[in-house]
Amino acid sequence: MGNEHGAAMSGEPLLRVEGVSKSFGGVLALSAVDLEVNAGDIVGIIGPNGSGKTTLVNAITGFIRLDHGKVSFKGRDITNWKPHKIADMGLTRTFQVMRPYYSLPAFKNLIVPLFSRRARRTGGWRGGGKMGSRDTVAVDILEEIGFERDSYVPYKVASSLPTGYLKRLELARCLALRPEVVICDEVFSGLSMSEMASMVPLIEKLQMEGITLIMVEHRLRELFRLANRVVVLNFGCKIAEGTAEEVMAYKEVKEAYFGSEEVLTYV
Amino acid sequence: MDIIIYGIINSVQLVLMALGFTLVYGVSRLPNFAHGALYVLAGYMTWLLVNRVGLNYPLSMVVSLVLTGLIGAAMYHFVLVRVRGMAISEIIASYAIGLAIIEGLRWGGLKGGTFTLPSFVEGSVSLFGVSVDYQRIIVVVAGLVLVALLWLFVAGTKLGLALKGMAQDEQAAMTLGIDSDRMAVVSMAIGSVLAGVAALVLLPLGSIVVEAGYRVLIMAVAVCVVGGLGSWNGAILAAFIIGFAQILTERYLGAHYQVVVALLAIIGTLIMRPSGLFGRQKELEERV
Amino acid sequence: MSAGKQDRRKERVDRGIKVRTDGVYAVSSWLEITYLILPRLALIVGLLVAPLVLTAFPYWQRVLSHICVYALLAIGFDFLANFVGLVSLGGGLYIGVGAYIAALLNAHFGLPPYVTVPVATVAGGILCTVILFPCLPLRGVYFAIVSLMFPLLAPRIIEALDVFGGTDGIVGLDGFSSGWVEQYLMIVCVLVAVFALRRMVTEDVGLVFRGVKDNDQAVKASGIDITTYKAFGVFIAATLGCLGGACMAHIYMWAGISQFGLDYSIIPIAATVVGGGGTLIGAVIGCVILVPISELLRDFGTLRIAVYALILTGFIVYKSEGIMTYVTRKYEQFERWVEI
Repeated sequence: MGNEHGAAMSGEPLLRVEGVSKSFGGVLALSAVDLEVNAGDIVGIIGPNGSGKTTLVNAITGFIRLDHGKVSFKGRDITNWKPHKIADMGLTRTFQVMRPYYSLPAFKNLIVPLFSRRARRTGGWRGGGKMGSRDTVAVDILEEIGFERDSYVPYKVASSLPTGYLKRLELARCLALRPEVVICDEVFSGLSMSEMASMVPLIEKLQMEGITLIMVEHRLRELFRLANRVVVLNFGCKIAEGTAEEVMAYKEVKEAYFGSEEVLTYV
Repeated sequence: MDIIIYGIINSVQLVLMALGFTLVYGVSRLPNFAHGALYVLAGYMTWLLVNRVGLNYPLSMVVSLVLTGLIGAAMYHFVLVRVRGMAISEIIASYAIGLAIIEGLRWGGLKGGTFTLPSFVEGSVSLFGVSVDYQRIIVVVAGLVLVALLWLFVAGTKLGLALKGMAQDEQAAMTLGIDSDRMAVVSMAIGSVLAGVAALVLLPLGSIVVEAGYRVLIMAVAVCVVGGLGSWNGAILAAFIIGFAQILTERYLGAHYQVVVALLAIIGTLIMRPSGLFGRQKELEERV
Repeated sequence: MSAGKQDRRKERVDRGIKVRTDGVYAVSSWLEITYLILPRLALIVGLLVAPLVLTAFPYWQRVLSHICVYALLAIGFDFLANFVGLVSLGGGLYIGVGAYIAALLNAHFGLPPYVTVPVATVAGGILCTVILFPCLPLRGVYFAIVSLMFPLLAPRIIEALDVFGGTDGIVGLDGFSSGWVEQYLMIVCVLVAVFALRRMVTEDVGLVFRGVKDNDQAVKASGIDITTYKAFGVFIAATLGCLGGACMAHIYMWAGISQFGLDYSIIPIAATVVGGGGTLIGAVIGCVILVPISELLRDFGTLRIAVYALILTGFIVYKSEGIMTYVTRKYEQFERWVEI
């Protein structure tokens, strides 16, 4: 338990992103973005389409090389590390476009992350430091995030599951690694109102378990209920940061989303 | 001094061999493993036309170039287009076709006896104290002219610009109304013709041997990998690097090591700088 | 379609017996046990009995050994292409490396075949994996290119540097202690390889490989190093091929540059495609069909390679199922017309 959590000293941010820039060909996707995330935060990253949110996630988690800038996690410089090494340290992410094994039962989709070194070290989400049978651990994880064991939902073929469950499956993939940070890339998108209603408490539960969350989102109302800090990107630049109210009061933010100043307040 | 001259000649030879391959890959992301086959095929067709059909040499060359281009286009249109996008199948299919052509030629044509194409101009001249065949000079000139023509074509004509657009960003080009399949056919045709030109210019230096098909493929791939798959400038620069490296090893270590140079070049590039010198797809692991 | 007819579509439904036997725990009758075991049994028995049946035809016994060598390559190819996502275009590399290592151990160190074969298998596997390693982190096309290049380059290098016996190769190797060993060693290896790999891909490891092939982003994000698993996959395929090569060296008592040849590139691929990619057994069946035909066509020289290449192209382009896939489908499902 001890060393995998909270290696950072108090006061030192868990994740620090400094001056990150990235262009693709002629397009400047990220421009000198700074971000600090402390342990226990839920940080929201918002911005219109194309503002660079997913690119930022890719940059932090090693899926793209940075042109400039630095990313540090738990005090170590992880800039340009490979994605699996970053995940191995406890910094995980979900994918907006999920591609589970559709023809396999839901819990089989967790076998791959449970195969990783980190999972074997930590025993997966609830393991006490040792990995039991992978199948059992997988089903346990799914049950915890809301796959009802009585209805055999974890055993259902992934292609038969609705979006809400698939989103949770994606989160479970991260949980299997016993993460310290989970970057959620639009986990709320595509959910119905009832699915949303059960997803929000799940996020809160993860926070209570000690996971730090960074949530890239479009659905602002629910995000604002959860996040204690919000960062706004537009055209690759950070244009605002603060609490939800502070951020939505910015003229630039309103213009970014709606194109003009006359706009309804959101919060 | 002769190192420089032979180095230049060798490098231009490599440029000629690689141009077709890099064009096709650059435009349609298709590694054309039949490149070497088209090379040998062009040479053989010319020989057939001259020696069996009795056409005169220049006419045979033109006809076989046209035929080669058509064969390349047909190859794409009938076979490769059906496997577009499935990288594994693309590779297997173009490799299989190339193999079929080369081995078919080995069985059905190029066996027993020597097949040669005459040099364009016989004789040699002395350059800076080094004796150089006219044919080799023609090779260099042809290479330079070809590169210049291609550059003009791409920069100046509508078709060329369309190809360049496809090379840069296929989807953006499609939104501009450029038909990606048609462009791919065109690029295959041009790439095949380039292979044919290389053959016609280079084969007079030796004889037409089926093995050349594989050798040309190896060299073309080596040049393109070192230069960066899809980059012309890279290919040219890489051709000169490898070309001179080969001449130097030939001078100081022995003629046989040329192939080793190619191998080391490929491996070295993949280890140290996988995207090659000017690799367009610099971030090889980048896929979002 | 005449106006009176209703629209119909074809529907594929699992056969009853397949459904009943899917969960092994529910098997309850001899018929069902037979249904499950028969295909595997047929293959195993067929292969084991073949050498005995062919005793009267020593030439065909040799052909059987060839079938096994190609089968090892084809299994490796099928595994790499359809379970790991790498296209290995040059099977000749593994055969050549295995053959030369075995030959060198035998000729220069005097080690007997039952030592050289295992050593060549493992050492060859490691060597091939190492030289293919640089292109593993890169996109698939690089692996295809390099795997194609090496067997083309190797003979030229050997020729050029005149090492390892140059163009003549290494001669005078020991054979196997008896003809039966020669035959059955290979057959057993093929059977073990097929069933072991088939088992492995259904294990958890198989899921990781599948992830490497289909969704490597998610695998990376799950904290797993893709390159390691690709290397593992290549090692398996290389080992199988080197085993074949080492055996070839001792069967013919000779190792030479022709062992890097194109036959070893094209036939495994053709066999896999014809036999049914992704089944592993299909690769073996493809070899059983194609290799004897190849032997019969020996007189036509390299034309047969051309023909195989064309057949292969046809199969790939028209996305044909492959024999094994077709037979499995028929065995497990039946089709019927259903009204919409």
